[in-house]
Amino acid sequence: MKKLIGRIKGLKKTTKVDFATYLGVILAFVLFTVLRDRGLLNRSITGMLVPICAYIVMAVSLNLTVGILGELSLGHAGFMSVGAFSGVIAAQSLQAAVPSAPARLAIAILVGAVFAAVAGTIVGVPVLRLRGDYLAIVTLAFGEIIKELITCLLVAWDSRGLHMAFNLNGSLTINDIGMEPGGMAIIKGAQGATGTETIASFTAGFILIMITLVIVLNLVRSRAGRAIMALRDNRIAAESVGINVTKYKMMAFVTSAALAGAAGALYGLNYSNLTASKFSFDTSILVLVYVVLGGLGNMWGSIIAAAVLYFLPEALREFKDYRMLVYAVVLILVMLATNDSRIKALAGRILPKRKGAKDNG
Amino acid sequence: MKKKSLAAMLMAGAMCLSLLASCASDPGSTGSPAPSQAPSQGTQESQPAGEPSQGSEPSATGASGTFKLGGIGPLTGENAIYGKAAMNGAQIAVDEINAMGGDVKLEFDPQDDVGDPETALNAYNNLLDDGMQVLVGTVTTGPAITVSAQARQDRVFAMTPSASSTDVTAGKDNMFQVCFTDPNQGITSADYIAENLPDAKVAIIYRNDDAYSQGIRDTFVAEYTGKGKEVVNEGTFTKDTQTDFSVQLTAAKNAGADLIFLPIYYQPASVILAQAKAMNYAPTFFGVDGMDGILTMEGFDTSLAEGVMLMTPFNAWGTDELTKSFVTKYEDTYGETPNQFAADGYDAVYAIYTALNAAGCTGDMSAAEICEALVAVMPTIGVDGLTGTGMTWSSNGEVAKAPVVVTIQGGIYVTQ
Repeated sequence: MKKLIGRIKGLKKTTKVDFATYLGVILAFVLFTVLRDRGLLNRSITGMLVPICAYIVMAVSLNLTVGILGELSLGHAGFMSVGAFSGVIAAQSLQAAVPSAPARLAIAILVGAVFAAVAGTIVGVPVLRLRGDYLAIVTLAFGEIIKELITCLLVAWDSRGLHMAFNLNGSLTINDIGMEPGGMAIIKGAQGATGTETIASFTAGFILIMITLVIVLNLVRSRAGRAIMALRDNRIAAESVGINVTKYKMMAFVTSAALAGAAGALYGLNYSNLTASKFSFDTSILVLVYVVLGGLGNMWGSIIAAAVLYFLPEALREFKDYRMLVYAVVLILVMLATNDSRIKALAGRILPKRKGAKDNG
Repeated sequence: MKKKSLAAMLMAGAMCLSLLASCASDPGSTGSPAPSQAPSQGTQESQPAGEPSQGSEPSATGASGTFKLGGIGPLTGENAIYGKAAMNGAQIAVDEINAMGGDVKLEFDPQDDVGDPETALNAYNNLLDDGMQVLVGTVTTGPAITVSAQARQDRVFAMTPSASSTDVTAGKDNMFQVCFTDPNQGITSADYIAENLPDAKVAIIYRNDDAYSQGIRDTFVAEYTGKGKEVVNEGTFTKDTQTDFSVQLTAAKNAGADLIFLPIYYQPASVILAQAKAMNYAPTFFGVDGMDGILTMEGFDTSLAEGVMLMTPFNAWGTDELTKSFVTKYEDTYGETPNQFAADGYDAVYAIYTALNAAGCTGDMSAAEICEALVAVMPTIGVDGLTGTGMTWSSNGEVAKAPVVVTIQGGIYVTQ
């Protein structure tokens, strides 16, 4: 036991923070599962567990792009959208082939991640070669393009397989794509995915968060991660020591996109109705707010910010119409408070050990 | 100095919060003046709602106790006008029923969903935590599909005032609609135009990223072309392009259209009317229930809407007693003319009230027990409401009532 404590003490600061993050997520999962199974959790919180998991994964993955890579992405919801709709298509089409819901959910999440990674590659290859804020501009456009494309998409499933049509001039309907009478419409253009079987679960959300943390934290602490952060801090210096700029940028960006796709699939399978307009610019900004308030480059900060800020508007329901106004006021107060040097000094006095952790907690 | 400013900021923040808290409690209490004036009118209105229930289910003893109704709709955001109207209408009905002094008392708790399925589900869970027994909602379609799927699993009876897609009720035995379904609106409009305006050359302008608009357009075109008629031109727009329609209007004009069917909400419709006038193009405009509200839109020149036809279930300038008393009450309480959504909300509460009576529910029953009881009686009841007399429901949740087409003349609706 002493040996173990000695070893923990001997660990690097960042490693300790990482392990504390894992432990915190596991403890939170165990706590909420026990509370829920004993019926101590009200419906409101139970219903929020899965979306909170999805938004945590979104925030952590966006933090990889914004905090670690140092590029601004304004289209993270676009990747979520790609993942959500491809995941829904996969899960709905495999209803007969894969009867087990958790297995189908895992496949859907994987499919969502793959499609989002492909989208991330398409966006990243040309843009990440450029200097400046082009990624912000292009991802902003990407999010809008994806929204418009999915609005035109018609997908149905019958015994002969998957049917797809692209409703470019608005004259097609789901009945025009030639599915058999017993077929199932999966995506109906503007109406989005309706009648989706909701198979997302809190356990799956927890596992996805853990996988995300393992991927992101290991990437950040690895050689590649140090190269990525070197690019963020000084691109010219990094290039001069032979770091391949585009390769490392792509690595971070595509990982981020794939994880957003996985989060999207989890999210999409939690609601029986999903429209493309949900994944608008507003959602991208919402996730960006989680990342910024949690702290750039700070993964556990993103987790806490996503969970708290998602819960907050629901907790403020007693304010009725003024709910979102109060939410905004709270956001501003949090921003002012976390940026205030005196409050930081106070926190430093209460938690003296935290001083060293601020460089890359 | 600096310390003082921080303290001042915190104080200001705390004061804002307490101020908001006191503001927020106000809307609930504004409902209370209504009962004082309600009794005389309330008994009047109890007749249409009460009679059919007794007639159809003579064995039932009537409901008793306090029932907790929850409401979900967009009270903030771009669709707030619909959510607010529906919830206000429902509140008036609740106040009336409470003022009648019968065995049934209703409590009503409207919650905001911003028109977003995710938030709607959160609001729904929140209401169930607070002991909701019957749901009035949700007002818009997307949230209604999500919430109704969950309500079916939980066995909570739900009555939507205005979510009109067939997906809302499809496969859910405990979900009922007060409004027409989208296909029904498309079909009825097509039939009406084919019958009454046989020589019209029809063009359509619709929003193709909106489930409501696309849904009506699809059934309209299917029904209209099925009658051997032709749609000469179709123009589309999206949420982001609803500020300029010169391209679509020019295309319709060049195609020789003299009737433009607008299965869209009234905000883009107002732009279309203004632009058509500016380019001296004067076809007949034909709208559906989303067009309702155009006359009360802020800053809209009502002369532009002269001659616009629309299919709406509710005419606030109607002359029957029920409509007159509802409109007076609504104007007194909320300071504006009620639209069709307010009437839908009002009728939803009366339909639930009638069903509760017919099933003989008691206030101590659980949401699931009430749900089973109401599902059983819904196909047997009839309600005379603001949006139709003799409304009946099929067991798949759709309403049957006569559609009404009105023309706007001199800034008011005139029933055709």
